[in-house]
Amino acid sequence: MNEITQRFGKHLGGCFILLVLFWLAGLVLVPNLTMLDFALRPNLPAAQLGGPKDGYLLDNFLYLWNHPSHGWIFLKTVWSSALVTVLTFVICYPIAYWLGQVSTPRQTSALLVLLTVPYLMNEVLRGLSWYIILAFDGPLNAALVHLGLLSEPVRWYGDGGVLAGMAYAYLLFMLLPIYNAVSTLDHAQIDAARDLGAGTVRIHRRVVLPHAKVGIATGCVFTFMLAAGSYMAPALLGAPGSRWFTQLIYDWFFESGNWNRGAAYGVTLLVLCLIAVLGMLRLFQVNLTSAVK
Amino acid sequence: MTNTVSLLDVEMRFAASLAIRRMSLEVRSGEFFSILGPSGCGKTTLLRMIAGFLQPTAGRIFIDGQDMRDIPANRRSTAMIFQSLALFPLMPVWENIAFGLEVRGMSKARRRQEAERLLELIALPGYGERMPHELSGGQRQRVAIARALAIEPKVLLLDEPLSALDLKLRQRMRAELRDLQKRTGVTFIYITHDQSEALAMSDRVAVMSAGELQQVGEPLELYTNPATAFVAEFVGENNIMSGTVVDTFGDYAVLEGAHGRFVGRRSANLQPQMKARLYVRPESLSLNRQEPENRLTAVSKRFDFEGAFATAHAVVPHDSDPLSVQLAIPHQHLGEAPDIGKPFVAGFSRQDAVVLAHE
Repeated sequence: MNEITQRFGKHLGGCFILLVLFWLAGLVLVPNLTMLDFALRPNLPAAQLGGPKDGYLLDNFLYLWNHPSHGWIFLKTVWSSALVTVLTFVICYPIAYWLGQVSTPRQTSALLVLLTVPYLMNEVLRGLSWYIILAFDGPLNAALVHLGLLSEPVRWYGDGGVLAGMAYAYLLFMLLPIYNAVSTLDHAQIDAARDLGAGTVRIHRRVVLPHAKVGIATGCVFTFMLAAGSYMAPALLGAPGSRWFTQLIYDWFFESGNWNRGAAYGVTLLVLCLIAVLGMLRLFQVNLTSAVK
Repeated sequence: MTNTVSLLDVEMRFAASLAIRRMSLEVRSGEFFSILGPSGCGKTTLLRMIAGFLQPTAGRIFIDGQDMRDIPANRRSTAMIFQSLALFPLMPVWENIAFGLEVRGMSKARRRQEAERLLELIALPGYGERMPHELSGGQRQRVAIARALAIEPKVLLLDEPLSALDLKLRQRMRAELRDLQKRTGVTFIYITHDQSEALAMSDRVAVMSAGELQQVGEPLELYTNPATAFVAEFVGENNIMSGTVVDTFGDYAVLEGAHGRFVGRRSANLQPQMKARLYVRPESLSLNRQEPENRLTAVSKRFDFEGAFATAHAVVPHDSDPLSVQLAIPHQHLGEAPDIGKPFVAGFSRQDAVVLAHE
């Protein structure tokens, strides 16, 4: 605090501190506390608000706990988001390594442009393009059948479609932090490891991965949170059997008009994400500040 | 004496340029061999080819008599010390040192033991648990050497490892490297652009320029008998007189230039009418010589006192082509040194001068 006022003066420094306070209070605390408030109250008609039936109860959370399928969908969302994270990592790590250590500067900028261009397009349109690609009589099935890899078209919508759509949608969020980390590795270290006899697997396990740890943790946190909170990909590419938890939240708010129960579901998802993030940072032995850097 | 590393007609071509021109070289077992040259002369390329990071576009490389074609860097019996040292910053010192042993499947307990033995060798016992960033520059240097020696290489390749250190430390590390080489008996191939480093440490030195080998020889031979004009000008200080060869007799050539006629030893290929340069070391140019040949009259301009001797910077006057010369005067003879601004006569023996072809 003192440092800020010293560096920017009383007035400007004060402005910065006020802005941070506003951000924390207005954009983080108030909305989340409102959500929590909603989540803990029963869903009542306006006339009964503040009446004898109103009060703080855990009913909305218990409803989720006792529901025959919602708890299951919740767990599946967590599991699938983790799967999306792993899949995206597996796709991104080799590309990030190539970009950060192998490619020439021209190749790097060309590939980065190619990877970024799709992101200039609306997210829904990107989802729709996968909707078209994965359609039953769409180009992917046609190509695979034509090549003889499939004897008849496959229904891609569902878990597979959602996984593919999400991995595609969040590729850059995984790729860029890892690329950033890998590119700071002194190439001589890779040479040194090879010179001392290490094979490719050991070089990555002992030298590259530990160095890129912070970037990998950041990418995984981003991807997991985005996947768990995603609505568009499951709505477009899912099937009735692959409902996402966010769809349930949406339904409570806008189909059933039960904001309180929707808020309870939302808070549950938020808490889950927090636990997952902290767990991942623990797993990677990275602290929060260095992950955010 | 056997050869540890042999290069046979090796050539390295990058997209547009020829980094190494057809070159053959023999490095003997157990010698401290330096490759000396200015930056960009191809010496690092040469080292990386021996290590296996680059494949020569032509020619063959043998290590211990075995053809290295198709043998990747991780299966060669060489170990490299990188210019940046390239210690693994996230591993403690002992794991750094034992990395090559870990690769070879040695058990953790034995690795630990071996690392400790090497730490003794480099005079850093008990430093195993430290992280590389907790060490000083010189200590990191020694850890890098221990890490390379751990895999018991036939050849240790050193890529200007001392260039990042300050002068005092550099001088101490020179002695340590030399001592370590003698004690372990491992062949060292040492890359440097610092000629005093190469002369001080090496058994033999190869001088390179623009991808070509200029001369290979013992330090004293390079200093007293440079084979090419490049070597004469790159290794040590030299006074240079340009001119045309007017006569040759026996081992000597007579050179005539703007400042007179001079006689010096010649290289075998030198013929009359060739453009050439005569080289004479500052310490071979002396005051008050009696012989009639190889004399010049110069005007003293400046004195640099350097301790054991002083360097007198002087100019031989000439209308279009004044010649700068340097004389090294031992400190005992400083009394006889010419006064600044006064002309004096200096000379040199024909035995101490070398005449070499120069375009």
